[in-house]
Amino acid sequence: MIKIGKYIIYDILRNRFVIAYTFFLLLVTLSMFSLESDPGKSTISILNIALLVVPLVSIVFTTIHFYNSYDFMEMLLAQPVQRKTIYFAEYFSVAIALSVAFLIGVAVPLCIFNFNESSVYLILVGLMLTFIFVALALMASVATRDKARATGVALLFWFYFAIIYDGIVLYVIYSFSDYPLEKATLSMVSLNPIDLARIVILLKLDVSAMMGYTGAFYQDFFGSGGGILYSIFVMTLWAFLPLMIAMRRFCTKDI
Amino acid sequence: MKRYLFIVLFLFAGIANASVLEVGVTAKWKTIRSAIQAATSGDTVRILPGIYREGNLVIQKPITLLGIDYPVLDGEDRVEILTIAASNVAIVGLRLINTGVGSINDISAINAIESKYLRVIRNQFENTFFGIHLANSSHCTIEGNILHSNAEAEHQIGNGIHAWKCDSILIRNNQISGHRDGIYFEFVTNSIVERNNSHHNMRYGLHFMFSHNDIYQHNVFKSNGAGVAVMYTKGVTMRYNHFLENWGSSSYGLLLKDIGESHITHNHFIKNTIAVYMEGCSRSEFEYNTFQENGWAIKLQANCDANVFAKNNFLSNTFDMSTNGSLVLNKVDANYWDKYKGYDLNKDQIGDVPFHPVSLYSMVVGKMPSAVMLWRSFLVYMLDRTEEVIPSITPENLKDNRPSMRSYKDI
Amino acid sequence: MISIKELSKSYGKLSVLKSVTLDFVKGNSYAIIGPNGSGKTTLIKSILGLVIPNSGAIEVKGHSIQNDWSYRRDIGYMPQIGHYPDQMRIGQLFDMVKDLRSDFMNADDDLMREFKLNEVKDKRMHTLSGGTRQKVSAALAFLFHPPILILDEPTAGLDPMAAEALKEKIAVERNNNRTFLITSHVLSDLDELTTEMVYLEEGRVLFHDSIELLKEATGEIKLARAVATIMRDKKNSNQHV
Repeated sequence: MIKIGKYIIYDILRNRFVIAYTFFLLLVTLSMFSLESDPGKSTISILNIALLVVPLVSIVFTTIHFYNSYDFMEMLLAQPVQRKTIYFAEYFSVAIALSVAFLIGVAVPLCIFNFNESSVYLILVGLMLTFIFVALALMASVATRDKARATGVALLFWFYFAIIYDGIVLYVIYSFSDYPLEKATLSMVSLNPIDLARIVILLKLDVSAMMGYTGAFYQDFFGSGGGILYSIFVMTLWAFLPLMIAMRRFCTKDI
Repeated sequence: MKRYLFIVLFLFAGIANASVLEVGVTAKWKTIRSAIQAATSGDTVRILPGIYREGNLVIQKPITLLGIDYPVLDGEDRVEILTIAASNVAIVGLRLINTGVGSINDISAINAIESKYLRVIRNQFENTFFGIHLANSSHCTIEGNILHSNAEAEHQIGNGIHAWKCDSILIRNNQISGHRDGIYFEFVTNSIVERNNSHHNMRYGLHFMFSHNDIYQHNVFKSNGAGVAVMYTKGVTMRYNHFLENWGSSSYGLLLKDIGESHITHNHFIKNTIAVYMEGCSRSEFEYNTFQENGWAIKLQANCDANVFAKNNFLSNTFDMSTNGSLVLNKVDANYWDKYKGYDLNKDQIGDVPFHPVSLYSMVVGKMPSAVMLWRSFLVYMLDRTEEVIPSITPENLKDNRPSMRSYKDI
Repeated sequence: MISIKELSKSYGKLSVLKSVTLDFVKGNSYAIIGPNGSGKTTLIKSILGLVIPNSGAIEVKGHSIQNDWSYRRDIGYMPQIGHYPDQMRIGQLFDMVKDLRSDFMNADDDLMREFKLNEVKDKRMHTLSGGTRQKVSAALAFLFHPPILILDEPTAGLDPMAAEALKEKIAVERNNNRTFLITSHVLSDLDELTTEMVYLEEGRVLFHDSIELLKEATGEIKLARAVATIMRDKKNSNQHV
């Protein structure tokens, strides 16, 4: 896997799209810090960008890359290697290459201008979102041979997790506002990696936002070591499950 | 002139007549009780270090109790320690511990009834049910005391400094913690509360009702169970106070209920769940206050009217303002809002477009607290932007027409 | 060497291979021909394990290829069109494939020399012409002295010189007792390169014979003519029936 992966990573890192992504993140991060005097606020703005852009780019780039690599994968599969190996090589090289872009574009400036606990969480969460959405994109990609349809499904994933899901949550909260909803919303949060990422960071970043009764409940849960472990566990699951589902499909599909 | 001379002479005569009665194991008087009995008006009872377990002591003449190196008066978890039923009494430098606990009687370390010119100065109170309890008293000074208790629930503990039907009281430089309410006023008028530090009390740091024309200044109210709550009062002046870190679902930096004609200026509200909560308030002024890092800076119920919020700083609050109605009869003017994104073309430091401090999402969260989990999500961002462009739910006339471009310094 | 039994494959409702049974004998060279959509590519991909058949069995060297990947060590494959990562250099591609077959020593670099690929080994894939990419694919297929070689349209896109060099290489390797499966639309090429012919149509093996016998039977000297003749005969006989 590493034998193949290192060549693919090398290839992706020179990809124009990835270079543009890196510079975009770098530009956004640096301008946030130069326009805003309070580094805490810059970090919040960067968080907003990261929660939208990282999943979007991960999902679009992975789908495109998968289809562009189709013939190459075919050639590799004619070699004496397992399909699993090629699949994981593809997954990890795309995820690692995009993570490198994120690290250069966001993590480095963040560490220079505002190094603290919340920044560390932001970086961690950005990396996890990359791995999650690359896995989700692969799941969409292996399901069909049609590039356009796979890109559409992948974009729908993004749209769902970034916006639609929150709309559903708001509707549920509105419909059941007479009931205690803390546990229910907690489980709803777990069902969307972007929401989970956002709340984990916000509780580190601006506690004031979360200080109502519900806020206190979240604070108790996510503020504790157990809550952090839970979040990491759930997010890992969010990467692992699509990855495995897509792998099973990839190993039995016709190339 | 002659009259003044007479007064001065009289005072000297008083000092000349006053005597000092020393209490202690090696002293002439072995018990405080016997010394008090022996004392006459104007005398000083000097209490040497030691532990005195003498039950309830009643003072019925104008004398001074002066502790040397904090002698301990122990109530042995049974009794009220000092009962004062005279004027011109002074209690200085004592350490009062372990009063009884009562569910019917307000058992206190110092209980003054119908006392004038009482002075309670530099005493320590430890594990007392009520600390200092004043009733029907006036012109009293409570200064430099430290009151601390360790209650686990509200009903097991009384207030630190409790005043009922009093007038012209001065409460200054005290530290109060671990009581039910740090300072409690009911029917107390024309009084001054200043430079006190009331923190970690079970309920309120400061709590008053029906107490008109009082001044509260330079106090710190920090991390109290429910913050500070004041009700049914007119003519309150609150200035230069700090309301800090009152966190919780029903916790307020400052809760105002039925407050009128008051001036709340130059205060700092930092890291409270709700910095100021107002219900039924009218004709009050909020000026030069700083609201920083609060969940809600101001929660204004729709039954408030004719209040003015001017020249305040709003910094890094989750929500600057929220309200529960669409009709708003209050004035918001010339504040500094860090969320303001407008411009100032003529460089007069006044923003050219109005600022709407109430966001749609703040109203949503007000109605449905669980919706707080969507804070800073893209959906909420879009909803708020849409509402800014086409206001439909938030009150259109609640706006600052002259938002300041710069924060107000040194306030 | 390769035996295929009752192999069927369909994509959805479209049936591509219908119970194909074939034996590819060691040392022989097979031309696989047939019209477009006859199932040639699917057959090759099934042997390579790229396509999972619905039913039937494929054995290579007497072992079933199902759930196996190591058998591909014995196969060199040259795809119809070689696509490689844009930013990869030719040298890196060869390094990578050598890495994957790290158990193999002294690679066969005849074609690399013949095509002068060493001189352009620092070029990136996206700068290469289609012909050069074909050269790369061909060189890769022969790199490890595989006993079985599967070539999909090997001469398409190659310039005449290179095509000639490749044909020579195939001729040399045929003498080394290797098994070849070659598809091509250029029947004259197959004439030189193969001894056996498999004709596929609509997923069925229409016939499978040695080219010598075929030419004898039809009395033609060229394969192309022989195929044409036999197709005509078949059609006629079908019509008469």
